[in-house]
Amino acid sequence: MGRVVTIALGAFRESVRERVLYNLIVFAFLMIGAAILMGSISVGVERIILVNLGLAAISVFGLLIAIFIGIGLVSKEIDRRTIYNILSKPVARAQFILGKYAGLLLTLFVNTAIMTAGFYIALAIQERGLETSDLNLLVAIYFIVLELVIVVGIAIFFSCLSSSILSAVFTLCLFVIGNFSSDIRAFGQGSGSPLLEKITAFLYYVLPHFGDFNVIDQVAHGVRIPGFLVAANTLYALLYVAVLLSGAILVFEEREF
Amino acid sequence: MPAIEIKGLTKEYRTGFWKSRTKLALNSLNLQVESGEVFGLLGPNGAGKTTTLKILFRLVFPTSGAARILGRELNDTAMHQRVGYLPEQPYFYDHLTPEELLNYTGRLFRLSKDGLRHRVNDLLARLQLAESRHVPLRRFSKGMLQRVGIAQALINDPEVVFLDEPMTGLDPIGRHEVRDLVLQLREERKTVFFSTHILSDAETLCDRIAILNKGQLEGCGELHDILSLGVSATEVILESPTEAVLNEVRPLVSSMVRTGDRVRLEIREEANTEQVLAKAFQGKAKVVSLNPVKMSLEDYFLSKVKTNPRDLNNRSS
Amino acid sequence: MTAQAQDREPGGGDQARRGSRAEIPGPEHEMPDHNARLRTLGFGHRALLGSIIVGALLALYPLQRSIDRYAESAPQRREELAFLPSEAKIAHLSGGYAGLLAAIYWTRSVQYYGRHRIARAKEFPLLGTLLDITTSLDPRLIIAYRFGSLFLAGRPPEGAGDPQRAIYLLQRGIVNNPDYWRMWQDLGFIYYWDMKDYPRAARAFQTGSERPGAMPWMRVLAASVAAQGGEFQTSRLLWTEIAHTAGNDQMRRSAELHLAALDAQETLRKLDGLLADYKQKEGHEAHSWQDLVAAGYLRGIPLDPSGEPFTLGPDGKVTLSLLSRIDLNLVQ
Repeated sequence: MGRVVTIALGAFRESVRERVLYNLIVFAFLMIGAAILMGSISVGVERIILVNLGLAAISVFGLLIAIFIGIGLVSKEIDRRTIYNILSKPVARAQFILGKYAGLLLTLFVNTAIMTAGFYIALAIQERGLETSDLNLLVAIYFIVLELVIVVGIAIFFSCLSSSILSAVFTLCLFVIGNFSSDIRAFGQGSGSPLLEKITAFLYYVLPHFGDFNVIDQVAHGVRIPGFLVAANTLYALLYVAVLLSGAILVFEEREF
Repeated sequence: MPAIEIKGLTKEYRTGFWKSRTKLALNSLNLQVESGEVFGLLGPNGAGKTTTLKILFRLVFPTSGAARILGRELNDTAMHQRVGYLPEQPYFYDHLTPEELLNYTGRLFRLSKDGLRHRVNDLLARLQLAESRHVPLRRFSKGMLQRVGIAQALINDPEVVFLDEPMTGLDPIGRHEVRDLVLQLREERKTVFFSTHILSDAETLCDRIAILNKGQLEGCGELHDILSLGVSATEVILESPTEAVLNEVRPLVSSMVRTGDRVRLEIREEANTEQVLAKAFQGKAKVVSLNPVKMSLEDYFLSKVKTNPRDLNNRSS
Repeated sequence: MTAQAQDREPGGGDQARRGSRAEIPGPEHEMPDHNARLRTLGFGHRALLGSIIVGALLALYPLQRSIDRYAESAPQRREELAFLPSEAKIAHLSGGYAGLLAAIYWTRSVQYYGRHRIARAKEFPLLGTLLDITTSLDPRLIIAYRFGSLFLAGRPPEGAGDPQRAIYLLQRGIVNNPDYWRMWQDLGFIYYWDMKDYPRAARAFQTGSERPGAMPWMRVLAASVAAQGGEFQTSRLLWTEIAHTAGNDQMRRSAELHLAALDAQETLRKLDGLLADYKQKEGHEAHSWQDLVAAGYLRGIPLDPSGEPFTLGPDGKVTLSLLSRIDLNLVQ
């Protein structure tokens, strides 16, 4: 366990030194811009715009980091040959995978936390103060985090399988398709072919259901997300990540360098 | 208990577009290294030296065969705690400083905090890295990186140290330092296994060597024994000998070379040496030195690599 | 020369520690023939990972079904909401970012309206489409329905002059936000003011008044409109409420302008009446306000709500002064 922590903290330190967190500067400008400018070019929607923009930015920035660093977690170490030094030590390959995964999650948590703070500050400035109901926005951020947890899992899985470029393509594809999993099933249901219906239903259940994580516009309008959905989606993320990490470990065990 | 045992180790790679061709990187390698030895695995590039080490460190999985280190299986984590490895051409996280890298490696070994701190300071000093301890590795020269590599191989004070081409990229000073280090490790009763294609390094450091060529073990044995395999001649150097003496010894020697006022005689037959010496003393010629001309390791190496003898006990040169 | 008797250089150590072997070492310690292939993960661990994969994948099925069932029973499922078909695709494709795009399209709608308004355009061809896209992307963007319907319903150059489309927009808004009673108010207003359809207006105000949280005056309006649709007092009441409850300055300003225009119109009507009386009583037309003042019909020169005096033209008709800031087009 200690080795997993060592590797995780090492991965976190690497992303900090590789200046990943500089994306926060862009985020800050975005928030400031939205808070100040939006009111003057639109009517009556300053808050909606800030909330939607802030949450969308948290989501998009997080996804970009998750995908583009995630795919390099393993393949970059292999390409750069730095992996020899780690795996030749008394470190199990599974510990390496788990450590790298945890390290990127840590980076994302820190990144998201800072953006959340910045977002609330911008909101407080625009609305001249915050109310308890504003805490509801945290639910949307929580769902964004769940999404990131799964995406990193997908990225690290593909990172074990193939080179960086292919991993990026596969991860992005899976993310996009996962967003439309219910459409795929609907397509099959409307097609009239029982075989197609079965195939698309299977895909629906197997693909990661990113569509269900999209609660931004609901939360932006103050709709409360029921506790059941929060719990169920958390469980979903845990199960899916278990599948991805187990798969990654099994694949990685067979790799030779 | 031998420190390292390798038996029948074979590695077959699948190459070609459809993975249909196979390439035999290691063919049934058998080796044994005793505790406290300095063992050199020699061979030209591509012989399979690095493959052997990678197999020992579970970076590559063999097609068949067995190996043990310190009597333990290769997947024994406790054994790997007592073992160190310098990979070929070390690549490190270049955003780290040597101190951070050593700390990181030490933590992977689960070394205690205080113990680790001592070890890190000690190694940085020993390998002349103390001044650059806070410099990121991306700014290091190849030689300095090699030293960092050796440091991380020793961080856990291992009983067996594996070094893959440890002299690569080092200038003469660096190589001297590494040589001293290996000797020091031997003083400390550690087993050192290193692979190299630089024969002179092996000559000065190893107790035993093995020669690997195209995945095949071509020769193995004590260095001393190997070098004495072909004591082909005796060399006598005379200073300012008279022509009379030279004429007398000429039929007994295989070569006579004059350099300034010294003459070097090479005597093939053992029996002739006594006669030559007697004639030299009689002629009042000054004998400056008398040495056996040993076959060099290079000669032995080339003979093994070029002719591929199958029988290891074949002592013909 | 024998091998064994030599000094061991570079050896020089304890011979007992090192054997002198130059031949292949025989099997010792009974090392098995094939153990080097062992991976870190044994069979047991792999079986465990395999079962985790299979088990978790299987568990996803019931979990997903329970999530789907729960969401279907929830009141505001997206699919039930009223969508226009092509715009619905846009909304769906944007995934979680639909709200942001809605805000962007709302901004575009406002800018589009503003540009055309400044240019005193007669037509606003794209306005309807922009508003449809906006509200499809975010069906809960109330302000798009409310302002949007105003922009659509107003007569050019105030708006697109398409009250029917405004009504459709508001109806969609009501379906998507059934608890928001103010859209009934807006709907009623358009029926009343732009369509002059008083029965429908009254029904809209009535239905709106029954929604939770509706202000009491909605019922008053319903009654007034039913009884005296088109009457000055009713209209005045309507615009006054709007002025009071406007959420921002533009709306309030607009309401105040309408009120001023209403008052001006009413005053014009009254002045016309006074002039008619004067002519009847005096036998000839009044030529200036002085005549009326002298005859006791007025106390002073009549001013419109913007403070400018009404003009009595040579033809005996009353009009607004050229300097007046009242825009009677608002109430025509």
